[in-house]
Amino acid sequence: MDSLDFSPFWLSFKLATLTTIILFIISLPLAWYLSQTKSRIKPIFEAITALPIVLPPSVLGFYILVGLSQNSPIGSFLKDSFDIELIFNFSGLVVASCVYSMPFMVQPLQSGFESLNRDMLEASYIAGKSQIVTIFRVALPNIKPALLTATIITFAHTVGEFGVVLMVGGNIPNETKVASVAIYEMVETMDYSSAHIYSAIMVIISFIVLLLVYLFNNRERFP
Amino acid sequence: MIDIDIKKELHGADGKMLLDINLHIKKSEFIAISGESGSGKSTLLRVLAGLEKADGKIVVGDEVWLDKYISLAPQKRKIGFVFQDYALFSNMTILDNLLFVKKDIELAKYLLYVTELIELKDRFPESLSGGQKQRVSLCRALMNRPKLLLMDEPLSALDPVMRMKLQNEILTLHREFNITTIMVSHDPSEIYRLANRVVVLNLGKIINIGTPKEILLKTSGSQKFSFEGELLDIVRVDVIYIAIVAIGQQIVEIVISKQEKNRLKIGDTIRVSTKAFSPNIC
Repeated sequence: MDSLDFSPFWLSFKLATLTTIILFIISLPLAWYLSQTKSRIKPIFEAITALPIVLPPSVLGFYILVGLSQNSPIGSFLKDSFDIELIFNFSGLVVASCVYSMPFMVQPLQSGFESLNRDMLEASYIAGKSQIVTIFRVALPNIKPALLTATIITFAHTVGEFGVVLMVGGNIPNETKVASVAIYEMVETMDYSSAHIYSAIMVIISFIVLLLVYLFNNRERFP
Repeated sequence: MIDIDIKKELHGADGKMLLDINLHIKKSEFIAISGESGSGKSTLLRVLAGLEKADGKIVVGDEVWLDKYISLAPQKRKIGFVFQDYALFSNMTILDNLLFVKKDIELAKYLLYVTELIELKDRFPESLSGGQKQRVSLCRALMNRPKLLLMDEPLSALDPVMRMKLQNEILTLHREFNITTIMVSHDPSEIYRLANRVVVLNLGKIINIGTPKEILLKTSGSQKFSFEGELLDIVRVDVIYIAIVAIGQQIVEIVISKQEKNRLKIGDTIRVSTKAFSPNIC
């Protein structure tokens, strides 16, 4: 046990925390827009945000790798203008995770907003409140279960990702070697006992997180 | 004080129809809007509130709410709206529901006092009865001292006793705040008690307008009383026939002749009236 290095776990949690915070900020307006709009282009947005669910992580990872590399317009623009490189480092992982986990934040928030009583939102507008005030004072407090599901599942899903991380980040200790990649490496090097411990920790943490979500949501629904 | 001249295409149950309303409302008037469901009553209210778009003009006092170039947002119209399903903010206490509209604690407490809700001010909407919720909704609608109060079938989900109580409260508050009010309602007694004028809509058009007495009173000629009801059943007792009729909340029995029995069928809307002592039904 003493020789076990827990830094991949801390890296995974750091990545998941940052991804969850960034995705919440991006997804909130997007989910709100999708829940309120009657526009004909809504299905296009919905399909794009749902893409990461159905695509193989390798496909996603490949496109992100190509898109962010210095040979691509985006990659070279970031390098030339801001001296930022997003391949094989932690920042690149955050960007890739945000793409990969986006549906897990957007979809629960969107269905939460859609389930709200429309009259209640209209009552807020009639009371003179803007959309932003309505979102934070009326909409969000009334979709707590969806809010919790969105943040926890996004967090857990980011901790659990493997394919995209491996393709975009590689396997650099303390930089891109997250828990799932570390387990893969242990199996490759036939260090099964460490792989067992790592995997068991992942299973237990994931179970506890999901259990807490379901306990909370049941309590909200049947108080 | 309020000039309404609007047109809006609606997609009703029988295909497209045009909501075409031209109406002038005086200050402090209490207008009831009645009509079949799907006739455009709720849409008219939503257009007035700015919740739905329409073509035409709405001018309130010297303020233009809607014309060719302007369509004022609901936030800027200074209206109160009472929804049929209450639409209270379920994450806030009763008092906070009112204060969310305007931080005027004196007015909030006064309104809750008048509607006998002051004891419940720290409760959440979920724990209230339908009648209590609708009173909170009414109080909330009055918090920003609106120019225009819109009510969309506010009492239709309540039992008759609670309905009567709320009608009195609406009347009291209407007199006290002097607010021009438009209420959608199906209940003739409610309309009679509350409204100065009734507007009857059918398929998006105004088909009748006048005082509740002119519109609702259905006796004519020498009849002393006349009630509309639904024929529930006809039973034969020896040689006579008895019609069982639902009139308002009551079930009554009326003796009818064989000819009348042959003419009527169960489910018909009928009128029970009398000139002297023997009631007729037709």
